[in-house]
Amino acid sequence: MINAWWIIGGVLFVLLNTAAGLIWLERRMLALWQDRYGPNRAGPFGLFIVLADTLKLFFKEDWIPPFADKVVFVFAPAVVVASVLMSFVIVPFAPNIVVADLNIGILFFLAMSSLGVYSIVLGGWASNNKYALLGAMRGASQMISYEVFMGLALMGVVVLSGSFNLREIVEAQRTVWFIVPQLLGFLIFMVAGIAETHRLPFDIPEAESELVAGFHSEYSGMKFGMFFIGEYLGVTLISAMVVTLYFGGWLGPAFLPPVVWFAVKTFAFISLFILLRASMPRPRYDQLMEYGWKVLFPLSLLNLWVTAAIKLWLVSK
Amino acid sequence: MDIAFIVAALIAVAATVRVVTCYNIMHALLYLVVSLLAVSVVLYTYGAPFMAVLEIIIYAGAIMVLIIFFVMMLNLGLETAEHEKAWLRPRIWIVPGLFCIVLLGELLYLILQNKQPAAGIQVVPPKQVGMALFGPYLIAVELTGILLMAGIVGAYHLGRQHKKTLHRFLENNLNT
Repeated sequence: MINAWWIIGGVLFVLLNTAAGLIWLERRMLALWQDRYGPNRAGPFGLFIVLADTLKLFFKEDWIPPFADKVVFVFAPAVVVASVLMSFVIVPFAPNIVVADLNIGILFFLAMSSLGVYSIVLGGWASNNKYALLGAMRGASQMISYEVFMGLALMGVVVLSGSFNLREIVEAQRTVWFIVPQLLGFLIFMVAGIAETHRLPFDIPEAESELVAGFHSEYSGMKFGMFFIGEYLGVTLISAMVVTLYFGGWLGPAFLPPVVWFAVKTFAFISLFILLRASMPRPRYDQLMEYGWKVLFPLSLLNLWVTAAIKLWLVSK
Repeated sequence: MDIAFIVAALIAVAATVRVVTCYNIMHALLYLVVSLLAVSVVLYTYGAPFMAVLEIIIYAGAIMVLIIFFVMMLNLGLETAEHEKAWLRPRIWIVPGLFCIVLLGELLYLILQNKQPAAGIQVVPPKQVGMALFGPYLIAVELTGILLMAGIVGAYHLGRQHKKTLHRFLENNLNT
């Protein structure tokens, strides 16, 4: 077993760099799909755009509006980064690379993602701005609703593997990945995951064409940067969770080490997130809520019910 | 583990005191969230990880978000904080303070009375909680379900939209 501090340090290092690197990746990939070049001047392939962006964020005026609630305003961006980073505690990157092997793994992930809502709500409320408040309202209702389906969709995996522990869930996928028996659960989890990270098809809390920038209209400098990084970390987290729960985690043919398999699969899902951003239009707010409660909710219940019934039938046989 | 428990318990108590004494309702609610998180840590140190996480998911993550959501929509500004300040004069604190002191005394007495060493903390895995809920306590689970169902039906009834009229001028004609 590797020393826990090394794992924590390594995970933090890799995650924060991934989140920063995603700025470049997203801009480059979006540009490619839209038939443009994207940032290609600074450094090889425009990679130094990340550095330039970060420097720019640091030197921007770090402004707190006089009408804002100062303490909450400063506190809100930290919540999103903290809650997402906490979620990574339970992600098994490889058989022996996991920060905490909790036996309530999935529940811990759900708990942390439910705390993530606070950053949007508090950020929007503390800004004391109509657009921000509207964004926060949308964000809160969207994230609370989609958390429900997210949890229910995950329960299918829990029923099949008989454990909340992510390491055991990965081990249970040795014969067949859970994407096969849990296709519906995977689709629901994916949709809920996008809504949970408020990424582009569902970026209704920040919808820049209607709400300026939604809940972070008033934010600038590194505080805005925290929301930004939090979003990319969220994308990485959901991708990592999808891989762990439905695509066999670190499992794969032996010619590559487990960590590499995990990274490759996660990268594929991050790319999918970016591709979705490039190709999907944003639904209306009420359509999103209706779709969630009237379609996804019954489907996820049905998924759980059928999975449990089949599992019981198999056990009793 | 003991230190973790003491720190979490102290934070819970301090945050809860701030919930009561805070003039700004939003800050009070945030303190309540902190207090719930601290209680969750306390539960974890006492070998109930499942309960601890549920505490966060349900109380801190769902119920408190909803309450904050509604407070946010009410848009209570500085004036409300001033109102609160006017209402919560020192005299108001006397009676509740007395009650709390009595409760605290009782609690201290009970703690000091119990001389036995604390039994070894036993970690309760989620499976055991599930077995208990759907075994001996099944009827309680079902009753809770019925209660929640009643709540949902009631909410639906209250929130049901009335039949739309074509135009506000025609409203009176339709009603008569």
